[in-house]
Formats: sequence, C-alpha cells, structure tokens
Amino acid sequence: MEKTLPKIEIIEKYCKGCHICVEFCPKDVLEMKGFYASVKNLEACIKCMQCELRCPDFAIKVITE
Amino acid sequence: MAFDYEKFLRPGKLPHIWCPGCGHGIVMKGLIRAMDTLKLKKEETALVSGIGCASRLPGYIDCCTLHTAHGRAAAFATGVKLAKPEMNVILVGGDGDGTAIGGNHFIHACRRNIDMTYIIMNNYIYGMTGGQFSPCTPTGHKASTTPYGNPDPGFDIAKLAIGAGATFVARGTAFHANQIDKLIVEAIQHKGFSVVEILDDCPTTYGRRNKYKSVIEMMNRLKEVAVPVKAAEKMTAEQLQGKVLTGVLYKDDSKPEYTAEYAKVIERATAAK
Repeated sequence: MEKTLPKIEIIEKYCKGCHICVEFCPKDVLEMKGFYASVKNLEACIKCMQCELRCPDFAIKVITE
Repeated sequence: MAFDYEKFLRPGKLPHIWCPGCGHGIVMKGLIRAMDTLKLKKEETALVSGIGCASRLPGYIDCCTLHTAHGRAAAFATGVKLAKPEMNVILVGGDGDGTAIGGNHFIHACRRNIDMTYIIMNNYIYGMTGGQFSPCTPTGHKASTTPYGNPDPGFDIAKLAIGAGATFVARGTAFHANQIDKLIVEAIQHKGFSVVEILDDCPTTYGRRNKYKSVIEMMNRLKEVAVPVKAAEKMTAEQLQGKVLTGVLYKDDSKPEYTAEYAKVIERATAAK
C-alpha cells in the first residue's frame, strides 16, 4: 500500500523559533530555516504528531486524512 | 487529524506573550485538550488566575475568565464557586503566585476541599517580574535576587497540598505533554479540591542564570528527573535521590465537599427563621 503523506503546516506568524519541534521529531523531518521551523524531509514523517503536541506556540498542524 | 485548538481560543490573541520555548503554551494546549475531552461548555467553565506569566493563560481561552489580584485566584474562585456551584472552576497560576503571594489562600482552599481544580505551573522562578527567586527555587540555584545561590530549601507543592488537605494531587511535566490532559481530566472529574502541579521550564530568567544551554536541555532535564509513581514503587531510596514523582500522587474521595456542606448550612439557617 502506498504511504500517504501528511501536510505539515507551519504558521510562521506564531513560530518563535524555540527548536522544540526540530529536536523532538523522532524522524528528523523538520529543520530550522532562519528564524522559523520548516519541513526538510516530509517523506520520513510517520505522523506521530509529536511536533504538533509539543509546539508551545500553536504554530504546527499535522494534517492527515 | 490535527487537533482544532482554535475553537477554544479567543480570535486574534495569538501569538501569545510567552517566551520562545516556555512550557506554559504546552500546558495551555493540555488544558484545551482536557476541556475538549470533558466537553466542558464555555458558559459553565470559569478560568481564574492571579498575576504572572502563567496567569495570562485565561486571556487566550474563550470561556468565562477572571484575571485577579496577585495570589488571590483561590479567593476569587471560591466566590465564583459558592455563587454558582454548577460551574466548573479551574484556577491557573505559577509557583510564585500560588505558593508565595497566594500561599495562604492556597492552603486554605486545600483545607476547605472546595470543588475546584488548581493547575500550578512550577517554573521555579518569578518569570514576569524579572527572575526573582520563588519558594520553589531549589537550594543553591541562581535567581536575580540570589546571584550567589539560593540559601532556602524549596517547597514541594504536591506534599504541601496533601498536607493542607487537598483530596486530589497530581504532578506532570511540560516534557510529558501527552500526560498533562489526562491528569487535568482526572482532576476536573474529582469532586473536591484538586491540585495539578506541572513542572515547567523558564528559559529566559531561570535557564539562562543556571547554565542551561538551551530549551531542549531544560526539557531533557524534566525528562530525566520525572519518575512515574508506579515505577518509583520498585526503586530504592538511593535511586530516587533527586527524582520527582509524577502521576496521580494522592486521591481521597471520603472527605465532604465544601459547597455541598455550605448548602446544608444555608438549609439549617433558613429552617431556623
């Protein structure tokens, strides 16, 4: 079965660049691009939702089917 | 599916005032998930807070909210609960607001066992006012008012609450984000005064002075010190040195609840006329 990829939405207006999502992602999907978090490797995402759960700033949404 | 936090938030309030990496946002998300699990109605939920970083939380959530004087959240909340016993009253605040300036109100709310939930975000410091040491600052740690190390021993909020008579006491950490909403759900469901202490991080005024290199290091420290209650039963006193127990620490359903007792007083007084 083909793997369905989620859509990771990062709201830059809310992101304060604290690195929490980047550090606690178990699959190294996110990276810091300048001040904000951004998606580096969406293919590796296992939809564990850790980034959405831990983001203190309501800045990440992992949209799955 | 992404959790819809927005339906619980007042529009246009984000981004919030908390610093980058502050755990208060994580606790607020936990509280929102707990409110969603319990299907709490906006008009039947009152969020009460005092002054401080953590006490800014009710401003963001769309329900009945009350932002009161420093440390007096428990006093105002008692008034709300007595006037409207059907309301779900939730108090939020920090360690300084709850245990120093509001310490007296806190212990007496515990003693009365009034049906409220107190979420204390313990970041070991007064963050908003410039990093002064709080009663929870560990011995030897630095704050703006103790630059050579804090000589005082710190409070154990959970033990203080149990000793003062609270009937539900739990502890979580900002690192264990998944557990926060479960503890808050259990605390709100409990009939009586429930205290949920969440160990938090303050990178700006506490971490910086105490040689924490980053937010991640502070989060990892929370991960290291936390030991679930069940796991702690199998550990020796030596292994538990420097650790903090997490989970539901105390629960007692036998003690009478204050608003129910007060209703009886009203009944007796009306009958006596």
